[in-house]
Amino acid sequence: MATDPVTAAAAGETDLFSKFDDVIALRQSLLAGGGEDPFSLVMEKVLSPTRAICNGRDTILLGTYNYMGMTFDPDVIQAGKDALDNFGSGTTGSRVLNGTYRGHRDVEDALKEFYGMDHAMVFSTGYQANLGIISTVAGKGDYIVLDIDSHASIWDGCALGNAEVVPFKHNDIEAMEKRLKRIPEGAGKLVVLEGVYSMLGDIAPLKEMIAVAKANGAMVLVDEAHSMGFIGEHGRGVAEAQGVLDQVDFVIGTFSKSVGTVGGFCVSNHPKFEILRLVCRPYVFTASLPPSVVATAATSVRKLMHAGNKRAHLWENSKTLHAGLTQLGFRLGTEEPQSAIIAVVMPDLEQGAAMWEALLHEGLYVNLARPPATPAGMTLLRCSLCAEHSAEQVQTILGMFERAGKAVGII
Amino acid sequence: MDRADVDARIRSLIEPFNKKGVEIADASTFAGDLEFDSLTVMDFVAAIEDEFDIIISMNQQAEIENFGQLVDAVVKLSGN
Repeated sequence: MATDPVTAAAAGETDLFSKFDDVIALRQSLLAGGGEDPFSLVMEKVLSPTRAICNGRDTILLGTYNYMGMTFDPDVIQAGKDALDNFGSGTTGSRVLNGTYRGHRDVEDALKEFYGMDHAMVFSTGYQANLGIISTVAGKGDYIVLDIDSHASIWDGCALGNAEVVPFKHNDIEAMEKRLKRIPEGAGKLVVLEGVYSMLGDIAPLKEMIAVAKANGAMVLVDEAHSMGFIGEHGRGVAEAQGVLDQVDFVIGTFSKSVGTVGGFCVSNHPKFEILRLVCRPYVFTASLPPSVVATAATSVRKLMHAGNKRAHLWENSKTLHAGLTQLGFRLGTEEPQSAIIAVVMPDLEQGAAMWEALLHEGLYVNLARPPATPAGMTLLRCSLCAEHSAEQVQTILGMFERAGKAVGII
Repeated sequence: MDRADVDARIRSLIEPFNKKGVEIADASTFAGDLEFDSLTVMDFVAAIEDEFDIIISMNQQAEIENFGQLVDAVVKLSGN
């Protein structure tokens, strides 16, 4: 029997969806112009780490976080195929029950080798790694001191746990120190930082911040999702590049960026780390990654240990794009290129959406990022470079930005 | 430092954030009457924390909706 909306209203039912009305209205006004929906793009074919057929168009990918271009690496793909043949399509179980196969142990070994650390724990996504570690490690009566521009998964980890949550202004060492010093004596403290902040592509002054955290008796967690494989001599991230990796208690990372598949992890030297496998709910109460995924991840992580040339080429790409966009007159998120993310600041959401669409018509995909994901209410076109982008492709990209920017009237 | 003193000091701290010059009473809400967005809240909270040398955690902020509640919270956190 069909529900009669009038009867429902008469019975006093409130529509739980009315809280989304503002978002629905904003979305409708954006799409009213008949443009393409920035949040409903479909890739019909993926030709390589840097090219796909998007909404029917041959498109250069400049917004995938596929920094090291490992998604089509022949060894990685072969490892996945072999695991599918030998271990099946999925584990159908939790890591602590029937969901730990040889491949799950192997990828954890690969991470220990990659970071030179004693322990590694693999989660089903990077989001769950932050959710699980933060909510479990910091409990009632403890304090989490975190950067205000932290990723949603970090905030959600705080919300899931019972610790007191104390944010400080982005990358502000003094603001962080003041808050640490005001925490009641004897309380546990966890400082949460990121190596690269993904919205603007800026890095954290980890050396100074970790020194302050340690001087105030805090444990330190650093999310290196956007630096793994690329920043630091061995690709271990910003903490390695700044010489303070040995001071970090927990490194959080992901397989869905440089590693080129999906999954998340935490590596640590804490002697009691392994107990987390039993007490961390987002680790226990979910199915483990499929065998093919952990096999591709393990192969990719081990190859990334020896990817010095690719790292060098990615830096070149990042510097070339940053310099080129600056010269064209675009406003960028950082003065200098600090990572493989180059954020182009748009005047407002409307022009940002128009520019995004103009670029797509040129055959270029970038991320349109808008509040609340962005800091200070900014609209950003976020570009993430890949080690597999050729020097010629970067020049092509600059030409596309020039034409689209002039057409929309931003430059 | 009594409640009136805390009230007066927060009143002067709020001025630069009260862009529309809303008249402030104990019942004035930050999200509604003062139209504070999350960034303004962060800067405003930081200013109060520095002035009184206290921490107002996000957990505590969630309980504070209006000016009077804020003054009460700061009086309590300052140990008066």
